[in-house]
Amino acid sequence: MDIIRLFTTHRKLLAVGSLLLILIFLTTFPLYGNDYYIRLLTTILMYTVLAVSWAMFSGATGYMSLATAAFFGVGVMTTAFLEGTLPFLVIIVIGGLLASALAFLIGLVTLRLRGVYFAIFSFGFVMFIGEIVFYIDTHILHNIWGHNLTPPDPGVLLYMMLGLVVVTLVTIYFIRRSRYGLALLSIGGNEEAAKHMGINTTRTKVILFTISAVFMGAAGAIFAPAIIHIQARIAFNIFNSFLPILMAIFGGMGQFYGPVVGAFVFGYLDAALKVEFQQYFMLGFGIILILVILFLPNGLAGLVPMLQGKLGGVIAKWRKGGEAEQHANT
Amino acid sequence: MRTLEGQGVTKYFGGLAAVSNVDFHVDRGEIVGLIGPNGAGKTTLFNLTSGALPLSSGEITFKGQKIRGLKPHRVCKMGVSRTFQETKVFGNMPVLQNVLVGAFFGSPNRISAADAAREASQALEFVGLSAMAGNSIQDLTLVSQKRVEVARALATRPELLLLDELMAGLNPAEVSEAMELVAKIRDTGITIFIVEHVMKAIMGICERIMVLHHGEKIAEGTPQEIASNKTVIEIYLGEETHAGS
Ligand SMILES: Nc1ncnc2c1ncn2[C@@H]1O[C@H](COP(=O)(O)OP(=O)(O)OP(=O)(O)O)[C@@H](O)[C@H]1O
Ligand SMILES: [Mg+2]
Repeated sequence: MDIIRLFTTHRKLLAVGSLLLILIFLTTFPLYGNDYYIRLLTTILMYTVLAVSWAMFSGATGYMSLATAAFFGVGVMTTAFLEGTLPFLVIIVIGGLLASALAFLIGLVTLRLRGVYFAIFSFGFVMFIGEIVFYIDTHILHNIWGHNLTPPDPGVLLYMMLGLVVVTLVTIYFIRRSRYGLALLSIGGNEEAAKHMGINTTRTKVILFTISAVFMGAAGAIFAPAIIHIQARIAFNIFNSFLPILMAIFGGMGQFYGPVVGAFVFGYLDAALKVEFQQYFMLGFGIILILVILFLPNGLAGLVPMLQGKLGGVIAKWRKGGEAEQHANT
Repeated sequence: MRTLEGQGVTKYFGGLAAVSNVDFHVDRGEIVGLIGPNGAGKTTLFNLTSGALPLSSGEITFKGQKIRGLKPHRVCKMGVSRTFQETKVFGNMPVLQNVLVGAFFGSPNRISAADAAREASQALEFVGLSAMAGNSIQDLTLVSQKRVEVARALATRPELLLLDELMAGLNPAEVSEAMELVAKIRDTGITIFIVEHVMKAIMGICERIMVLHHGEKIAEGTPQEIASNKTVIEIYLGEETHAGS
């Protein structure tokens, strides 16, 4: 009884408690996890940043950005070029700022485009910038064999990424709750109406698109040493645009934590199953994704309210039964 | 005092003059009706006024300030708000949040979250939808969604409200309710410019009516004058026999 009451009355406390537990687990992980799992966790956290930042802008506004890989790639290349010249933390900040500067420019030019045109343009942009950087890197700077970075301490990298995850989540949590979050959502609801309600939609879109890219760029900068051997074409891999979208949809974009759940489940499955099943993995994943979209339109996060509803009913019944029993006893 | 004034207002879509050299005005505290057959240019005139579309030529002023070249969000902050003929609610938020958007962003000054929330619930109460505050907007009937649009527009604290076919598709009882609502809004001191096809409603609440036909203003006057205007009767009768065939 008491446990049930705890669940219903102290939901906030429980949420904070479990968050703390997760954080403790993640921070102590390098103490007992082996290198493979530390790397896996770092990758998952990297995808978490991408998925959450992507969902903040594209999930709310409906402007499907496929430019994530470009911002991530800018971060990666920043580290590739600057490694050893500056403290890593400074490089990360530079990576984030460069990515956001780029997002600002793209946003100004393309966020006037509606729907599918924006998606296509942002997709083309990844290709374009990838090739440009590749050309500059190989033909002008003569880094023909790419960049070999110093192999990092996996634990340190994990902590860096974890720090970025925390910063990203906290910032985006507050943005979503702020008037800017409401403005973004109204743009997704009906942009024409949003304009008529006093929202400068162009400015709102450009600013928040720019902010989302800071995290993506920083994630790239932190993750770069884990790639070890960096070439522009690898740094700007278009898959880094698609995976976070799948994760966000998979986890559910209605809830703040949806993309986080998606990144963890998908990220783990991706790494764990790909090695063993290879081609069957993508097939299996495709099927799961279709099932999720069909039956859980709000993603995995949509399961929670659904289960709460069902569970709540069961608990209520159980309580009534208990009370009836008590009455019978008296 | 002139709240809204248009001079030589003209809008071309390609070769088509959707609004053609129209002079009009709406005075403070008035309810002015805008009628005309389908495709007459009524919605286009609203779009020009709210900044949704740029004028081809002419000028529209709100309280003496030029609207030409301003974006809709600027026009809204000046004190002009509107509803849409084809309902444009925020389908991804609950009812109250829809209205909250208007409260948060519509006023010229930055307002606190608490004030915005209060403003939004008041507006929702004003249109009689408080009970629906937490509902998903898509669960509401189209009639109620239009009312949410009115509440959302009111939450921006407008001086002038443009209502585009608020009453389309309503039954007679709902039409009277809607008429009451419009009168109630005017009583709070808001000037109203309203497009409506329901003649009974427009004749009942408007002090003055303008008639558009093929983008041109063909008549203007009190409801009685319009009801007895020959050209107007011809156009509407013509349309009815046309629609009846
Ligand atoms: N964005 C647009 N692009 C091209 N043509 C348009 C556009 N908007 C309106 N039109 C045309 O302009 C003319 C006037 O349209 P408008 O919507 O203003 O008429 P209306 O009086 O509101 O009609 P209704 O009673 O059917 O709502 C129509 O011929 C319409 O097809
Ligand atoms: Mg119209």
